[in-house]
Amino acid sequence: MPRASVNNDVEKISLIANNLREEVVKMLLEAGSGHPAGALGMADIFAALYFKILNVDPKNPTDPDRDRFVLSNGHICPIFYATLAEKGFFPKKELKQLRKLNSNLQGHPKFGVLPGIENSGGSLGQGLSQAAGMALAAKIQHRPFRVYCVTGDGEMQEGQIWEAAMFAPNKKLDNLTWIIDRNNIQISGRTEDVMPLENLRNKLESFNWYVIEIDGHNIEEIIGACNMARSVSQRPTAIIAHTIPGKGVEFMEYKFEWHGKVPSKEQALKALKSLASLEGKIKSDYD
Amino acid sequence: MLNKTLNLNEEVFLQDSELKSGRDGFGEAILKLGEEHEDVVVLTADLEESLRLTPFKKKFPDRFIETGIAEQNMASMGAGMALSGLVPFMTSHAVFSPYRNWDQIRLSICFSNANVKIVGSHAGFSNSPDGGAAESLEDIALTRVLPNLTVISPIDYEQTKRAVEEMYKIHGPVYLRICKEPTPQITTEITPFETGRAYTLIEGTDLTIFTTGTIAYEALEAAKVLKAGHKINIEVVAVPTIKPLDKENIIGSAKKTGRCVSLEEHQINGGFGSAISELLAEEFPVFNLRIGVSDTFGESGTYRELKDKYGISSHHVVEAILNMFKEK
Repeated sequence: MPRASVNNDVEKISLIANNLREEVVKMLLEAGSGHPAGALGMADIFAALYFKILNVDPKNPTDPDRDRFVLSNGHICPIFYATLAEKGFFPKKELKQLRKLNSNLQGHPKFGVLPGIENSGGSLGQGLSQAAGMALAAKIQHRPFRVYCVTGDGEMQEGQIWEAAMFAPNKKLDNLTWIIDRNNIQISGRTEDVMPLENLRNKLESFNWYVIEIDGHNIEEIIGACNMARSVSQRPTAIIAHTIPGKGVEFMEYKFEWHGKVPSKEQALKALKSLASLEGKIKSDYD
Repeated sequence: MLNKTLNLNEEVFLQDSELKSGRDGFGEAILKLGEEHEDVVVLTADLEESLRLTPFKKKFPDRFIETGIAEQNMASMGAGMALSGLVPFMTSHAVFSPYRNWDQIRLSICFSNANVKIVGSHAGFSNSPDGGAAESLEDIALTRVLPNLTVISPIDYEQTKRAVEEMYKIHGPVYLRICKEPTPQITTEITPFETGRAYTLIEGTDLTIFTTGTIAYEALEAAKVLKAGHKINIEVVAVPTIKPLDKENIIGSAKKTGRCVSLEEHQINGGFGSAISELLAEEFPVFNLRIGVSDTFGESGTYRELKDKYGISSHHVVEAILNMFKEK
């Protein structure tokens, strides 16, 4: 496992991730619909990406040399929106508008409506191709930016993912980092029951990706893997991030039933209390 | 007979008039566009020679991207490149793109209003010997329904070249429908072409034929026969931009003649004729007949044989119009 020396960054990023999870629960409660499991499971990765890895500046969101972040599985967007707001791309009060009429926070992200959104996502399997296009554009334009793409694992059942998986190594897109949320669930059940993806590592390596497997909740490993990807030359990197769907909210963890269901008010309160108290370790505002 | 103001090819009706194909026009125009604009890149899904792209590839190897036989990846990648400031022309046969990758064109390209130019060649019956599987008779229906997308179907080689120049100037997605089959040259280098404009190729008073794509020649031929043999003055209006339609000129011609026919090398359902009918039904209800492929797939044959069998040759247009005038 690659590890990074990040001093007190780890603590800071973990706390941000926890705050993002709280925001996600609040947003879903307010919206009345949405996808909690994947969003909560990816909080640590989003916090690490936006507060340590990506070269992005909310004050200059269209800088042609900024790093690009492409979200392929658009349904986990509550964590994306919460992260963008935390980073300062738009005011946090906008988060309440998720999934509402005339809102910029669409149920799946739409390019162009909010700073920081780099693509449109929803129909699964398209993001890796979009990211490969951006990475290739960087090469053609001799620009230094890197492209990071998050996909779910279930969406790897789409054929297009494998078209892009063939393309990116062929074009030696070493400026592309693909982070796979390996949480083992999809809407109808466990991925290995619905349509098995294993052996995922072997599949990707045979497509000539440089593959790193990490614990997707270990901040040091997330940062270490992204740093390692930067040093890989002549081929793209795939980071298989093993995550726990619903991470941080005990009654949701590991349960595919929470892929696309929102908590009740009581459940949300329980979740918020658990998150704010770091699972009962400290006193929270909700006590 | 031809509208003098458009500087059309006066020799278009001659037996030995030179035939040229839209794909050749595209290959020449994209090379020129690449020379003029550094941000132009070309993608193709294993159809380099078919789309006449080899000169572009030789001149700009770094701006030519072979995606392999993977139209879905090509479309979403095109979006990624466009959102990074390039102007990708993604090319294939129409029957693959926008068919195989319609979802990607919708979400990755049109939903983001990404500046991707989609080029579908071998449209209509122009891939004739390859049979019904390879004949693109539904692509207008597939594309004209998409928000943000401009749809252009040039009537000949020269207009294809102009369309390539014009589509570069549009900031947003464009679908260009072109054909393989060499067809008569209706326009010349100095014939005007603007996106969104319809052009009256022949002025008439008795009936308007609206047409798009290279089948436009059959409309001209029909107008010639009807005038010479039956003294019926047909107005022929070419509508190379199917979306957005030139409402003013289309309605204007319908008001002038009071009777309309649409002619297209495509299914009559959901295609060009449907677009004209929708417009006229709402804005100026008038007698209107759609001529095109009638809810059936094609088959192998020569281009001429298929046009005859599936009812879109000039003599079908003549017969349909004579029947209309007989009934009157």
